Amino acid sequence: MTALLATTHEPTPAEIAATKPYQAWGLTDEEYMLIKQTLGRLPNYTETGLFAAMWSEHVSYKKSKPVLRTFWSTNERVLQGPGEGAGILDIGDGQAVVFKAESHNHPSAVEPYEGAATGVGGILRDIFSMGAQPIAVLDSLRFGELTDARTQHLLNGVIDGIAGYGNAIGIPTVGGEIGFDPVYQGNPLVNVMAVGVLDQERMQVGRADGSGNTVLYVGAKTGRDGIHGATFASAEFSSDAEQDRSAVQVGDPFLEKLVMDATLKAIQQFGEAIVGVQDMGAAGLVSSSAEMAGKAGMGIHLQLDNVPQRETGMTPYELMLSESQERMLLVVTKGHEAAVQAVFQEANLEAVVIGEVTATGRYELTWHGETVADLPVNFLTQSPKQTMEQVKPARLQDPAPDFTPHVADLTTVWQDILAQPTVASKASLFRHFDSMVRTNTVIKPGGDAAVVRLRGTKKALAMTTDVNARFTYLDPYIGGQRAVAEAAGNIIATGALPIGITDCLNFGNPDDPAIYYELAQSVAGINEMARQINTPIISGNVSLYNETDGAAIYPTPMIGMVGLHTDTADITTISFKQPDDVIYLLGDTTADFNGSELQQLQTGAIAGRLPGLNRDKLSATQQSVLAGIQQGLIASAHDLAEGGLAVSLAESTFGTPFGFDVTVPWTDSWLFSETPGRFLVTVPANAVDAFETRLDTTYLRLGTVTHDDRLVVTTADGTVNLDKARLQEAYEGAITWQRS
Amino acid sequence: MKAAVIQFPGSNCDFDMYYALQDFGADVQFVTEKSTDLSAYDAVFLPGGFSYGDYLRTGAVARFAPVMTAVQKMAATGKLVVGVCNGFQILTEAGMLPGQLMMNQTPGFICDEVKLTITNRQTAFTNQYIDATTTIKLPIAHGEGRYVADDATVRMLHENGQVVLTYATDVNGSVDQIAGITNRSGNVIGLMPHPERAVETLLGNTDGRPFFESLLATIITKETVEA
Repeated sequence: MTALLATTHEPTPAEIAATKPYQAWGLTDEEYMLIKQTLGRLPNYTETGLFAAMWSEHVSYKKSKPVLRTFWSTNERVLQGPGEGAGILDIGDGQAVVFKAESHNHPSAVEPYEGAATGVGGILRDIFSMGAQPIAVLDSLRFGELTDARTQHLLNGVIDGIAGYGNAIGIPTVGGEIGFDPVYQGNPLVNVMAVGVLDQERMQVGRADGSGNTVLYVGAKTGRDGIHGATFASAEFSSDAEQDRSAVQVGDPFLEKLVMDATLKAIQQFGEAIVGVQDMGAAGLVSSSAEMAGKAGMGIHLQLDNVPQRETGMTPYELMLSESQERMLLVVTKGHEAAVQAVFQEANLEAVVIGEVTATGRYELTWHGETVADLPVNFLTQSPKQTMEQVKPARLQDPAPDFTPHVADLTTVWQDILAQPTVASKASLFRHFDSMVRTNTVIKPGGDAAVVRLRGTKKALAMTTDVNARFTYLDPYIGGQRAVAEAAGNIIATGALPIGITDCLNFGNPDDPAIYYELAQSVAGINEMARQINTPIISGNVSLYNETDGAAIYPTPMIGMVGLHTDTADITTISFKQPDDVIYLLGDTTADFNGSELQQLQTGAIAGRLPGLNRDKLSATQQSVLAGIQQGLIASAHDLAEGGLAVSLAESTFGTPFGFDVTVPWTDSWLFSETPGRFLVTVPANAVDAFETRLDTTYLRLGTVTHDDRLVVTTADGTVNLDKARLQEAYEGAITWQRS
Repeated sequence: MKAAVIQFPGSNCDFDMYYALQDFGADVQFVTEKSTDLSAYDAVFLPGGFSYGDYLRTGAVARFAPVMTAVQKMAATGKLVVGVCNGFQILTEAGMLPGQLMMNQTPGFICDEVKLTITNRQTAFTNQYIDATTTIKLPIAHGEGRYVADDATVRMLHENGQVVLTYATDVNGSVDQIAGITNRSGNVIGLMPHPERAVETLLGNTDGRPFFESLLATIITKETVEA
């Protein structure tokens, strides 16, 4: 191995031991010692780099694993749970839905356009590497205060990047949500979820089975971009992040479209000969090849001189750790390489044999005729176990007293709530995304959940992303429960049955026991509600170290949920449908103002205790809504979330010529209460009896949809006539995206 | 009707167009950019997307694709040529339609449904928009849809009835709010809105249906006359 050093001026193994460059790559002294011990020698430069990447939190999940292992991920629908590119659920008729979410927080903070763009590209590769055609993308974004210039710069870049990649590759961006809070000022969140469908017989996994089989590299050439992106994503930010620019990759949606179409075509035509497919994502070539070998219990031997290279003089270290985009690794049965290669070559793409699967269990790299790495696969892919400490954060020990709002002028508060950035319409942002390409989008951004029909069937898929991090901040466990309940509410309001979950767990530094407590508790809450609703967690991603200068974001466990419509006739929207329909509020309302939009508006902060959830009651309400929709009794349905009944009522009238006349048995302020598990539904007058008879939950009959735009609300405090046009102006005018 | 949908590398509304045409009973086939003969088809469709990534000016690379010679030939023989969105951009780059599509006046991609006025209901592509109210709604999805041409060209387009569709409001800064035009002989159309996205009740908009019905009526009439 010494020949290598003369040409590349890399430190010798002994120099590495002395100067410890690995520390900057995130490898600890203990881990380095373990490597030395296990190998019985000092690792060389390339090998040390491989370990640093493979054992980074971003690739190995070594710190979050104790918690991730607790996720409930099996039920009658699950065909593939966590551990692959994406999870897979049975949706009947031999079809399956494939979905996953991924974070691109760190790259987006440094280079918002490319960070967000490559986030879209990466998650799409995870979907089509399973053999599935991607059908939709959703984005869950968090930024600091919109009034801040840097936030505007980041928002511009992220929106532009998602549009630039998603629109060009031709997969519709159908939904998601965008929130604003000062805690995300230095560390925005860019979570992207993608959904695909496949015929179950075409299912692929990332496994390198079969000694002697061929490792095929397809797609873009390898350059020096994104080297150590994975370790970069596994560290905190300082406010001077400029130095990290080289860790961000650059995306090419045109190339990815070619790679996507060719990969799916190859699987369709030569699926029998394709043993495994994996995207080269975080830690590029090393993680894709090592993971494929590890999962199959095999070895792998790569000839690095064969790797297509965009730049000259690249070292093994650089080749293995590059995160150049739009690359895939395929394992093909020996003898069938040419047919598969031809599919890619027809699209002018690289398709090069770079190695073979071996029975040795070793991870071997050859370069310029020399062995530059020779490691046990299962050592490289199994990062050392970690014991993480947990401590209940001080703020949760002694919560502030309950917040009791005072609403003096209902009209003004209603308007102000609608104009809060978290509540206000995001249409001016979402209109930059092509939500309609592929002509399957039934419910576009702006509804409770997006709905995409499956052409040629009566089925459709509902999909949403959700989390209210204010709640996870006030109580990680209940906040986790509420995130799942809220996502399910969104799905159900469209008339779909919730069937599964993917997540992005965005948290601060896990070495802080208080942060780890938040992570563990959130996951426990998510788990419990997921079981209640029968939505297993089949894939996901963890993003830790979301801190700037020592200040962590709110614990933000984003929930991506998918629901199944067995008949497109059931698809229901939030909009009121016709005058005289009867308006109902389903579910209990109590004084829930801690963590509410109203508290944020009136006090500029959130505080207080969250009451526990009645899970059975919540399920009963959700099931009543779903049954009512499927029986054709419900004309419109809207889940209640931030801003409570007031916001849902207003949103149900926007985009319609109608208004409402409703009465509630409360004081004004309760219109803004955020008790979870509630729905606003309308029922045609002639279906009222049938609807009420079958209801299995608490309800209030509020009033009726009116034929004009008068909005009349009567509370214990009196009757108020609201000006619909002014409410709508507040809602639609609060966020207008101005490009810089 | 025998219809061809051209697939340039990077086309992404090719399937949308294919399914829409199929919905109207057309015998529709995909044709790659490498094809050189389209003589078997009654009509050819250049779909939306980002041909060759559109990293240069939109459509500027696609115009050199081998298939474009065959498209030119079809147009010359009076057959119907339809370019939607990126297809429109390619047709202007290829010189088959006058003017050019530039970056939207307010930069940025817009995906929306917009009101449009049909300014000429006598064309091969609009004759079935019978309802005289003439305001329809169609989806748009583009970042470079601002139609520009010099004054003389615009005047000529108006005089010859080549302006077929205009935006009811100023959507992207197009001159005279032009959204779609034909060539002088009326058999080649380019338009930024997507009629193929508006043919199904389930998807909430069917204002694109008369566009396809017009095409079919035109071809059937032509066949009858020729017979």
